[in-house]
Amino acid sequence: MEYLDFELPIKDLQEQLEKCEIIGKESDVDVTQTCKQIEKKLIDTKKEIYKNLTPWQRVQLSRHPNRPYTMDYIKALLGNTFLELHGDRGVKDDKAMVGGLGKIGGQSFMVIGQQKGYNTKTRQYRNFGMSNPEGYRKALRLMKSAEKFGIPVLTLIDTPGAYPGLEAEERGQGEAIARNILEMTRLKVPIIAVIIGEGASGGALGIGVGDRVLMLENTWYSVISPESCSSILWRSWEYKEQAAEALKLTAPDMKKLKLVDEIVKEPLGGAHSDRATTFITVEKAILNAFEDLNKLSPKELVQQRMNKYENMGVFKG
Amino acid sequence: MAWFKRKTKGITTATEEKKDTPKGLWYKSPTGKIIDTEELERNFYVSPEDGYHVRIGSKEYFEILFDDNKFKELDANLSSKDPLNFEDTQKYSERLKAAEKKTQLKDAVRCAVGKSKGKDLVIACMDFAFIGGSMGSVVGEKIARAADYSLKKKIPFLIISKSGGARMMEAALSLMQLAKTSVKLAQLADAKIPYISLCTDPTTGGTTASFAMLGDINIAEPGALIGFAGPRVVRDTTGKELPEGFQTSEFLLEHGFLDFITQRKDLKDKINLYLDLITNQPIRA
Repeated sequence: MEYLDFELPIKDLQEQLEKCEIIGKESDVDVTQTCKQIEKKLIDTKKEIYKNLTPWQRVQLSRHPNRPYTMDYIKALLGNTFLELHGDRGVKDDKAMVGGLGKIGGQSFMVIGQQKGYNTKTRQYRNFGMSNPEGYRKALRLMKSAEKFGIPVLTLIDTPGAYPGLEAEERGQGEAIARNILEMTRLKVPIIAVIIGEGASGGALGIGVGDRVLMLENTWYSVISPESCSSILWRSWEYKEQAAEALKLTAPDMKKLKLVDEIVKEPLGGAHSDRATTFITVEKAILNAFEDLNKLSPKELVQQRMNKYENMGVFKG
Repeated sequence: MAWFKRKTKGITTATEEKKDTPKGLWYKSPTGKIIDTEELERNFYVSPEDGYHVRIGSKEYFEILFDDNKFKELDANLSSKDPLNFEDTQKYSERLKAAEKKTQLKDAVRCAVGKSKGKDLVIACMDFAFIGGSMGSVVGEKIARAADYSLKKKIPFLIISKSGGARMMEAALSLMQLAKTSVKLAQLADAKIPYISLCTDPTTGGTTASFAMLGDINIAEPGALIGFAGPRVVRDTTGKELPEGFQTSEFLLEHGFLDFITQRKDLKDKINLYLDLITNQPIRA
C-alpha cells in the first residue's frame, strides 16, 4: 500500500499494529490490550484525517495509485459475464477507453469507462487514462448499439482529461466529445454515470451526460484540473491547493450546485483502503438508480434528462 | 539666426489644447501591412492587402449579416453572477465589472433575430473582448434561449464562435453549459431546423467540444485558430514541434471537420445560399 503525505500518521499506526501483532505471536507477552489500543487509535486517527479533508487532499485521493480503476469495478460487479467490445470502426481501438456488455444483478448493462494503468508499462499502454477521439467514438458506437437493443448504459469516469495530442487534434478531439455530449442528451435508454476517480472537464463529460450522475466521495469533477487552473490564472504551478479550493470540485460542492445527483460514500480511509466495501456500495447505488429510471418510458427519460441539463447555470436577469 | 531656436523653454501647450491622435486611424496587420481603418471597415474588416481577417465582435457581425443592420436583440439583460465566489489573483466579480466597463458588453455573447437577405435568421455571436469570449452560465443560457426562439418560430440558427473555451471562474457550472447547449441543438436537430456553426478566430476548448463542431454545416473564416487543446498545451504535452498551419481553418478543412471556408465578404451570401438549398427554396439574389 502506498501512502499520501497526509496519510502518514495512518501508516505509522498501521506499522505499530503489525509489529504488536507479531510480538504477540512470537513471544509469550500478552499484547492484546496494547494492540487493541493501537487499533482504536488507528480508527480515531483515520476518522480525524478523513473528516477534515481539504479539496486538494481529495484530489490526491482521487489519484491514489491503489484506488480501484474501471476494470476493477468491471471485474467486481460484472465478473465473468463481461464481454469486452473493441474499436471505433474507423481508426483504431483506444486503450484508454474500455467498454463492453455484462450483467449486474441479472440486468445487462453496456459499461464504458476510462482506464488507467497500475504500473509504468500499463500506464503508457492506457495513455494515463487520456482518450483520443477514437475512444469517444468507440464509446458512442457502444452507446448507440445499447440504445438499439434497449440496454442501459453505465459509464465509469476516471480521466485527467482528453488527450491533448497532435493526432488527437487532427482527428477531431473537440468534435468527438461534442458529438458524444449531444447524442447522450437524447439517447433513449437510461444512462448512469459514476465518477470513480478524476473527472477532468470535456474528457469526462464526453461520457458523462446521464440521467443519474453519481460521484464517489473522494473524487473531483470540474472544468479544469487544479494544476492547470493554477498555471493559467496564477501563472504558476504553485497554487494548486488554492485552485482546488476555488473550483468547488469536490462531491459535496458538486451536489450542492446540483451538477451531480448523488454522492456515494466511501469506506473510512478511502476507496483504496477497503475495495470490497466500495464495490458493494457502488453496485447498490447503480442498481437503485436503475430501478428508478427503469420505470420511465424512453420519452420521459429523455425529457427529464434534457430538463436537468437545461436548468444548470446561475445568472442574473 | 537659427530658425529652430526655441523662444520659450519647455512645452507650453495647455493640456486642454492638446490634440489627440484619432485612435485606430491605422491598422497594422500581422504581416506588417498598414491599412486605413475606414478602408478596413468598408472591406468587412479584412485587410485588402493580405486578406487578413481582423477579429471583430457581435456589433460588426450583426452589421454584416442583418439587412440594414436591423435586428432585435434577445435577452440582452442577462449578466453573470459569481456563484462560487471565485478568486484567483483577482476576484471574479471584479473581473466581470472591469470587462463590462472595458467592452460595454454584458457578457461574452449577444443574440439577435433579424432579416438576412429578407428572411429571418437567429444569430448568437460571441464577443472575444469579454473575458476571452469564455463560456459561463450566461453564454450557455443565452445560446439556449436563442435556440429556443429558433425552435418556436422555426427560424434557422447561426452561432458565431469566438472563444477561448469554458470560463474557469464558473468551474463545473461552465462545463455543464456544453451539455445544456447540446440539449438545445439536439432539439433543433429533431425539429429539422438548420443550424450553422461559424468558427472564427479563435475557437478553442469547450466551444469546440460542443456547439462549434455540431452544425448541420461547420464553416470558418480563413486562417482562424480552431482546436480542442490550445497549441501551447499540445506542444508542451507531446514535446513535438507543431506543423505549420496546425489548427488553422485550412487544417480543419483538410482533416474533414469543416464544410467550407468563406471570406467574410461572402459570408452573408454563402449562409443564405446554404439555407435556400437545404430547405429547398428558390435561391435569393
